[in-house]
Amino acid sequence: MATSSSGSATKAISLFLKDIKSEFRTRYAINAIAMFAVVTVFAISFAIKGTGLSTELQASLLWIVIYFSSLSGLAQSFVKEEESKTAMALRLYAPAEVIFAGKLLFNLVLLFGLNLITIPLFAIFISFEVASYPLFFAILLIGSTGLAVVTTFVAAIISKASVKGALFAVLSFPLILPLLVEAISGTKKAMTDGIAFGAARMEIQVLLSYLVIMVVLSFLLFEAVWND
Amino acid sequence: MSLKLTIDGLAKEFPGRPVFSDISAVVEEGRRLVITGPNGSGKSTLVRILCAFNRPTRGSVGFEIDEKKLTHLEIRPHIGLVSPDMVLYDELTAIENLSFFAEVAGHRFEIPELERRLENIGLAGRGRDFVGSYSSGMKQRLKYCLALLREPEILILDEPTANLDERGKGLVDDIIRSHHGIVVIATNEKAELFYGDQFIRLGD
Repeated sequence: MATSSSGSATKAISLFLKDIKSEFRTRYAINAIAMFAVVTVFAISFAIKGTGLSTELQASLLWIVIYFSSLSGLAQSFVKEEESKTAMALRLYAPAEVIFAGKLLFNLVLLFGLNLITIPLFAIFISFEVASYPLFFAILLIGSTGLAVVTTFVAAIISKASVKGALFAVLSFPLILPLLVEAISGTKKAMTDGIAFGAARMEIQVLLSYLVIMVVLSFLLFEAVWND
Repeated sequence: MSLKLTIDGLAKEFPGRPVFSDISAVVEEGRRLVITGPNGSGKSTLVRILCAFNRPTRGSVGFEIDEKKLTHLEIRPHIGLVSPDMVLYDELTAIENLSFFAEVAGHRFEIPELERRLENIGLAGRGRDFVGSYSSGMKQRLKYCLALLREPEILILDEPTANLDERGKGLVDDIIRSHHGIVVIATNEKAELFYGDQFIRLGD
């Protein structure tokens, strides 16, 4: 017999688990993200040919690789639903906030998975060295979460468009720019010897504020974006 | 329970092309509305508007359950939809599809119950197969299983017997005749016009 269950969190986890299952069976986004990250890091490695890069340049390259790798894969969560025509059933059965939360959770896992690939590759091939691990991981955690929120929201907007790739980059870049600037600045400080955690207080505050604003705006606007 | 579907002065235009205009109807519990018309006359568009997937250019659609008016989004949990535009996940099994949609809608079904429902719709023993391996007729049967899963008050069927064999058409006949709420059927098949108590003819 059917039993009525669950609040929005349980429903969102059901959607997240469905996406994980689908992804492992189709490799729709994982391959795109992983290949982009690996190829980019190798391309940079060959281009610099062992030349030492400044911490500023290393931090910038790290976030550029994370940003463009995420662009190549995170939009798929919504694009796939529209292209395979499963979005209609999803609209009929799941509330909008559940869909956004489930897709965000999935994109967060993908993005943290991307970080697990990118950072060791950077350490090996670009001689990327971190001085303050707590600060580095704090910046990475908040920055990646903000990146996932914005890309998930923009992915929902572009999923019905015909020129998805170009539109995704055009719409997401202005929204992501403040996050990238602060994340690069914070990462650079985390790579500098003798810098205390508190030295990046401003970057962390800006990143956290950005994250809160984007989460609130995304949940408020998603229903209109998804249903219209 | 009393049910009422009110379509009032509905019109839809795409840029530079009117699809239909001035569509009105009141459908009450136990009645069947058949939407018919040639290809491109807007049957599927009207179905999408009834399900609140598209907005009309003019006019409105209202649903009342026990005299309580529902907003266009509140109506969705009361709708069971079968449509060529609605596709289930090929990479999931039939049982995984049914469980997933039930869970995100706030219900939970035990697997034996889902297997029993699949058996009722002619998919006995195929619940653990990937939907991608199904024939188009089996996929259509699975859509019926999903549409009926939460016992909806309003059943909306766009091309209800598409891809079905004679036994499948018999199942659909049983489903339509035994449904106690409102049934909306969009079709071009002459045999399906006989289900209608009320009609909307598009493209006249």
